[in-house]
Parts: sequence; C-alpha cells; structure tokens
Amino acid sequence: MTQPQRTAPVSVILGALGSIRSAILPAIAIAFSGIGGDGRFLIAIGVGLASVVIGTAFAYAGWRRLTYTIGETDIRVESGLFSRSARSVPYERIQDVSLEAKPLPRMLGLVAVKFETGAGGGDDLALEYLTNTEGERLRQLVRERREDEAAASADPDTAIVAPSDEGEVLYTLTPGKLLTFGLFEFSLAVFAVLGGGLQYVETVTDIDVWNVDLWRGWLEEQGSVVASLGPYAQAAGAIAGLFGLIVIGMMTGIVRTVLRDWGFTLTRSARGFRRQRGLLTRTDVVMPAHRVQGLVIGTGLVRYRFGWHGLSFVSLAQDAEGESHVVAPFAQMDEIAPIVAAAGFALPDDTIRWQRASKQQRNDKAALDAAVFVLAAIPMAIFAPFGLFLIPLGLAVLAVAANLYAWEFRRHALSDTQIFATTGLMSPTSRIATRLKLHSVEIAQGPLARLRGYATVHLGLAGGDFAIPGVPLAEARSLRARIMETIAATDYSRLDQAFSDAQPGFSANRLAT
Amino acid sequence: MDHAPALTAEPALPEADDGVLTKLHPNYAHALRVRTTLTAIPFLIGALVLETAFLGETGFPSGIIAGPVLVIALALIIRIPMTRYNARGYQISADRLRVVRGLLFRSDTVVPFGRVQHIDVQQGPIDRFFGIATLTLHTAGNHNASVSLPGLGEPLAREMREEIRAHIRRETL
Repeated sequence: MTQPQRTAPVSVILGALGSIRSAILPAIAIAFSGIGGDGRFLIAIGVGLASVVIGTAFAYAGWRRLTYTIGETDIRVESGLFSRSARSVPYERIQDVSLEAKPLPRMLGLVAVKFETGAGGGDDLALEYLTNTEGERLRQLVRERREDEAAASADPDTAIVAPSDEGEVLYTLTPGKLLTFGLFEFSLAVFAVLGGGLQYVETVTDIDVWNVDLWRGWLEEQGSVVASLGPYAQAAGAIAGLFGLIVIGMMTGIVRTVLRDWGFTLTRSARGFRRQRGLLTRTDVVMPAHRVQGLVIGTGLVRYRFGWHGLSFVSLAQDAEGESHVVAPFAQMDEIAPIVAAAGFALPDDTIRWQRASKQQRNDKAALDAAVFVLAAIPMAIFAPFGLFLIPLGLAVLAVAANLYAWEFRRHALSDTQIFATTGLMSPTSRIATRLKLHSVEIAQGPLARLRGYATVHLGLAGGDFAIPGVPLAEARSLRARIMETIAATDYSRLDQAFSDAQPGFSANRLAT
Repeated sequence: MDHAPALTAEPALPEADDGVLTKLHPNYAHALRVRTTLTAIPFLIGALVLETAFLGETGFPSGIIAGPVLVIALALIIRIPMTRYNARGYQISADRLRVVRGLLFRSDTVVPFGRVQHIDVQQGPIDRFFGIATLTLHTAGNHNASVSLPGLGEPLAREMREEIRAHIRRETL
C-alpha cells in the first residue's frame, strides 16, 4: 500500500464537464455579439469546442499528474502540471476524514475525500474524486493507522466502547421532525436573493430598478386601485400580504433545511462520531471523540419556548459553515443528554452552583443601550413632527426590558471537571468546556467595568471562543484561580509520569491540542 | 540607559495570581517614546505643509495648525509612554505566566506553561538599541492564540524562554 495511486479516472469526465459549463457562457456571448458578422455562430462553436478540448486535456493531465501515497506515517499527495507540489500530512495531525458527494459526482458513484487538519479551513488536503468504496477504504485505513498509534497510548475512548464498526445510532432527524425544524428556520433570505436578481435584471435590460419615479408611478397606479376598494378590502389585502410573507419565509426555511439536513444521522462508533446529512450534496464526517474540545447548546427565540435545542461540537477541525460541528440540529434536551454523555461531557445537574452575572453590568448595559435611543430621540423631538420622538423612546424602554430579561440567562458554574456558561438575549446559548482542555484565562475590563467592578473572563478554547461577560471581579479572580489549579495539577502529574499509562486520557488530550 | 533589572524574577506563590507585578525593563518606556516620536513625525510634517499652503491667505495666523499638533505630539511623547509602562507588568511563577496590560481597557491574562505550543523572542531595531525584547507565548486556544510580553531585558527574555521551554514536553511528530 505504498505505491503512488491516482484518483478515479471518471474525475476526468467531471473536469471536462466543468470546462463545458464554463465555456457555454462565452460561446453564447460571442454568438449574440457582433463579432465576426455572419460567421459568428461558427466562431462561437469553435471557441466552445476549443475550450472544451483544452479543458479536457488539462483535466486529463491534472489527473495523470496527481498521485497520492498512503505511507506508514503519513499521506502524501503530489500534484501540479508545471510546478509540482508535494504535501505530506501525518496521520496524527488528521482531525477528521470527511466524504462529500455533490449531486453530479454522486450519480457517478464518486466522492471527494477531505482530510481535515485544522490548519485553518482552505489548506486542507482533498482528493477529488475517488470511488465510494475507495473513499470508505481510505477512511477506514486512516482510522486504523490512528488506532495503531492510539493503541500505544491506550486511548480510553476505544477501551470503553466495544470495537464494532457499525456503531450505535445516537440521533436521527426523522422527516416529520425535519419539517418542524424547517418551520422554525423561518427566513426571508429569498428576498435578498430577489433583490440581487433585480440588480442583475437592471444591468441586462434598460429598466432602472433604483428609479424612484418609475416605482412611484407604479405605486400610484396600484394605490388608486387599492384606494377604490374600501377599508375592509385594504385590511384584507394587508393581512393577505403578511400571510404570504410568512408562508414564503417558512417555505424557504423548509427547503433550506431539507436540502441541508435530509437523512441526518449521528452514530457513535469505535473511532468517534460519524455524521451523515444532506439531500443533494451528501456529506459524511467523522469526528474522533477525544478531539471534542467543548459543546455549544444553542436554541432560537421561538423554538426555545417549545423545548427545542441544537447541539454542536467545538473541535479543531472546522465545519463547512461554522467553527463547530452540528451534531444534533433540532432535539429536545432528553435527546441531547446521551450525545453529551457519549462525548465525555456532562450536562449541569441540580447540585451545580450557578453564579449570576453582576447586576452592575446589567444596569450599565441597559443604560448604555437605552442611551443610544434617547440620544436619537432628542433631534427628533426638535425637528421631526410632534409625536415621532416617542418611537425611539419606546425602543429605549424595550432595550432596557430586553437587557433585564437577558440577565436572567447570564450565568456560569464550575463543576469538578467542567465549566458551564450561558448567555443570550431572548433565548439561552450554553457552552460547556472541560477545565483541563483550556489554554489560557484572561480577565478583561473596559473603563466602565473597572469603575463598577466587573470583568469579562475569556477562556482559551481550541477551535472556539468561550467568554463569560459581566463576572464580578472577585468571582472572576477565584474562577481563574480554580481553573488554573486544574490545569496546573495535570501539568505536574504529566511531568512526573510523562510516558506511563496511568494518565492515558491526557496523552489523547495532548494530541488534541 | 538606566540600570538593568535583576535577571531572576522572584517566583511568586502559585495560587496568588493577583499578587505584585514585576515591572518591565525601564528601557521599555524609552523605546515606546522613540516609537511614538517616529509616529508623530509624519503628522508634524503634514501640519507644516498645510501651514505653508495657507501662508499666503490674509488673516491666517501662523502656527494655528502646527502649534496644536506639536502640543499633542509632545504630550503623547512625554506623558503616555510612562503611563503605559506603569500599566504593564508580568508575574512569572513555577508553572504559569501572568501578563497585565492596557490603560483604559485592562487585560490580565494567565498562560499555564503546560499549554504553551511554542515560544518566540523578537527584537526590532529599536528594541535592539535599547537591549530589550518581546517574549511571545503561543497557545492552541482561539482566544489568546498568542500572548506577547514586550519590554523584557533581552537576556531575561531568553532566560524565560528556556525556563518555559523546559515545561513543554515535546510531542513526537
């Protein structure tokens, strides 16, 4: 298994298809422009053909010149037509192996294999495309190599879980639940897309989208029609419009959610967590359990009232969209608890002593937020028609109320091994991290915070942020002292028995850092 | 050049992370002053250019632009470096380094040696002239990925680097 290998030959066809796609537009442009007079269609076809031939040739040459080698200690990829590049990724630096199948490759039975190293997104090693079986085999192989290496350090995760490769299903998103999830993912993003489309229409046609007179004329025309309908019909029209907006928003949410999370399955196997999801682009990601640095439990304004939450893992490798891997996008807390336990974390129980955020900080923040609106009200009271200044004043009251309510969520707690913190404006977002896996503790204070005796505690978490705002200063110092105690204690024991198996968890931990 | 501080930092009690801070090398204030002066020079030149451009105008008193700029620059050069110097400090103990900085926005960071990924000692041309250096600790956390401690005497910075490095167990790659 140390011979250099090539990716699947069919990828050449995919490369060629890609070049056709990029050749179509210029060809059409030539066909409809004045270049070449009567012969322009011939020129267009010629240009199209030429770019397809060149594209295919490059795809073929690129395929010929790209080889990958599965070595004893690393994976090596050599590529490049004129300038050769060779990249080697050691097995212990591979955070995740993910398989991604976009619609077209999926039809041909191909996957893109990505080796995520946590080197900051774009610099990851990717092989496009391998056959499904080859992708699976490669992933299995990387896992086994890592297992060999882990066997030396006696990884506790493998010891606890029976080494079955099937794994137990921890969480699935049934179509019914997916639909409910979609309803909560209400989004009006489609209007932004429409706006972009309009802009495009403007550049192609002569209609000036931003011409106010055009719209006013149109509105007056429509307005006179509406005015002639009478008050009831007007109200009905407004309600129908609002209703339509809500339906569009919900449909957008459902479509987006179904595309992204169709068939969402999270399984726990010997080597970690495996997540599969997606309708058209199907992704398959494996996350080793000991690489999980922290957990984030988020929720939304409305769904929180129905008890729905989402769970993400914070790890060094980055997910497609965000810094953390979504492992349960839409679940009740009793569904989340087993996943949390499987990742080696624990949810806060009743015995935990929650510390509230400083009341001074709450008052300051409420006053500052309200002050913005009050300041805006002053010029309005002077210049705008009477009564309009009540709007910013009302907003100021709302800002105060929102801040007072948000304070209810702002709290933190320490357990023997973990730290919990909750923040949020209208709904709580909880973060859980292992005290051991923190890298630094910072107490930050602005001028106001110093005057009023509170601070923000920033914890250095690999792969994510962990900040606790508004902690009273004395509490912040004791928090830091206790966290540092945990870290320092591990440090000493590690120094004493650096290579013994008595602290196996920590060697895995060090690998993660 | 003032006197160099003692090379050995007293190891404080491990638990007391709010104890007395060790001051930076006095030359750090001088280095800051030189740096502020260098930053101020372009502004002064700009002010003088504006001044000459408006010289022909009637009723334009000379020094109305360059004067205030000069006063502000002098205040920044004379006052601020000393306050900044006084606001900064560090505390090194057996297993951790604490760095305090900031005038308005105070920040007080503790980095355990057991979590340091690698260490830098940097010296710019001004630093080299004053015999000081910046010690930077890199951690794996997203926040505070690198914590720097400027204004250490150059030999002290190297000594601290060696001391911290002794705590880092090398991972075989």
